[in-house]
Amino acid sequence: MSFAVVADSITKTYKGSDVPALGGVSISIERGKVYGLLGPNGAGKTTLIRVLATLLKPDSGRATVEGIDVLADPIGVRTKIGLGGQYAAVDEFLTGRENVVQVGRLYNLSVAEARSRADEVLERINLVDAADRPVRTYSGGMRRRLDLAASLVGKPDVLFLDEPTTGIDPASRVDIWDLIEDLVSGGTTLLLTTQYLEEADYLADMIGVIDHGLLIAEGTADELKERIGGVVIELRVRRDDHDRSMVALRGLTGSEPMYDDEHDLLVVPATDGSQSLIEVVRTMDTAGIPILDIQLHKPTLDDVFLSLTGHVAERSSRTDELGSEVDS
Amino acid sequence: MTATPVRPTHARISPQQAIKDMLILTKRNLMRIVRMPQLLLFATVQPVMFLLLFTYVFGGAIAGPFDNYIDYLIPGILVNTVIFGATNTATGLTEDLAAGVIDRFRSLPMARSAVLAGRTLADFVRSSAVNTLMIFVGYLIGFRPASIGGLLAGLLLALVFGYSMSWVFAVMGLVGRTPEAAQSASFLVVFPFVFASSVFVPVQSMPSWLQVFAENQPVSVIATTVRGLALGVEALPSGKSIEGMVMLSIAWIVGIFLVAAPLGVRYYRRIFS
Repeated sequence: MSFAVVADSITKTYKGSDVPALGGVSISIERGKVYGLLGPNGAGKTTLIRVLATLLKPDSGRATVEGIDVLADPIGVRTKIGLGGQYAAVDEFLTGRENVVQVGRLYNLSVAEARSRADEVLERINLVDAADRPVRTYSGGMRRRLDLAASLVGKPDVLFLDEPTTGIDPASRVDIWDLIEDLVSGGTTLLLTTQYLEEADYLADMIGVIDHGLLIAEGTADELKERIGGVVIELRVRRDDHDRSMVALRGLTGSEPMYDDEHDLLVVPATDGSQSLIEVVRTMDTAGIPILDIQLHKPTLDDVFLSLTGHVAERSSRTDELGSEVDS
Repeated sequence: MTATPVRPTHARISPQQAIKDMLILTKRNLMRIVRMPQLLLFATVQPVMFLLLFTYVFGGAIAGPFDNYIDYLIPGILVNTVIFGATNTATGLTEDLAAGVIDRFRSLPMARSAVLAGRTLADFVRSSAVNTLMIFVGYLIGFRPASIGGLLAGLLLALVFGYSMSWVFAVMGLVGRTPEAAQSASFLVVFPFVFASSVFVPVQSMPSWLQVFAENQPVSVIATTVRGLALGVEALPSGKSIEGMVMLSIAWIVGIFLVAAPLGVRYYRRIFS
């Protein structure tokens, strides 16, 4: 098994802070795989990316990218990586194309090479029509796509994306996910950070959960979901109907629903997402049991943290949470 | 945890590549001025306005000892332009830091020196263009240098001084971190040095305690020297020679550069440690 990215016991405490941003984090990413680093604001995600992208010196620990040591040979690492993400660091006053060509030139491509690579990536991210407009006229989603293009123009073996969809509307978010999925399908290794469980679930082969500078869980999306319970349907019925509901729902799922007595909710695993919701409604309707309230509850970062650490992700903003509670 | 061997890549940035990277970033920084109407206006119309205001509003009052105040003023204006131009280094650098652009640059296999070198060189080019405009407008309203060669030598001296001042403002930007802090700190330095100097008026008109500072501080030294080069030795205070003033100016320029440039590089590195 060969690893494209290896971080070994990385620690970092910023000057003027007594809390470590990274308290000894080790991760290994297999070549060609997508690793999602999941955690709330301030968990240490960006710090780890900055160490791996040679932007920040760790206090201790060792890291390699494509077998190259980030501290001993930062220039060697930079020839292998692309960096993009939340700050969407593109120049407002340049056109989209000029931005991409400029980054290509700084990867030491010739003018002709940089231009043809720019045409290629602008085509891939579907930004050709807007390529000759100044970036200041772009929407948030277009900026993110341009940022991706800039990170890809040097044909990196390893791509780092720091919160690629934070702050953009949920509709564009799915477009960006599809784009990222397509971009790395050619074998690029990707490390992305995110606050959204759904994003890590959608894109990542392996997910690491980070909190207070420590990796607190690691596994595939399915393994993590198993630990936190996955998507569930929560429904409320009249007290008198409880027993009949239990019987009807057992007929559907083959096991007794759980009962959350604090919220007076019956909880059924939604193995097929919204399809399961329809089946539950149909089953209850057939049995003639009125439903007082029903919703599809997707596990959020808060659920992950609640189940892994027993506390809610402190600095995550709830209004920015991806999965709305009722979703179709 | 893994046996992946560490591969030495021997990746190096060649001097040619460093120069190419510096020029790419210089072009980028200049594009910013050209593409942003408010910056272009700030760079061209405002200095012309200053020149006209000083000539026609203060000129009459100040002109006492001169046959022609515009001749006194233009060399001062050349120095004024390069100092205000150099403050762009502080604001431009902090804006790029805040936007995350510098993070991207630093993740690329490019010369690390290019960010600061491209920034200061762009401000040098910008000041050259603005000063050419100043000389042209000055000529239209009566500026007549003693010799073209002397004027060009004075222009060059002012521009090189501006370049070394760019490094001072790079330090201020890197210490201040935000564009707002960088700008206020820059102006706090710029105003006393530009106004308590021989840039706009002869220092003899100032109170004697101020004269000591005003006569010897670097902005005055450069402005007086540019004046001597452009107008001839009779424009210098009595007892000064052009050669002596040029040597003193070069000493200031080199001294400022040798202190500020290493400090700038050091603070630039420190941001990321």
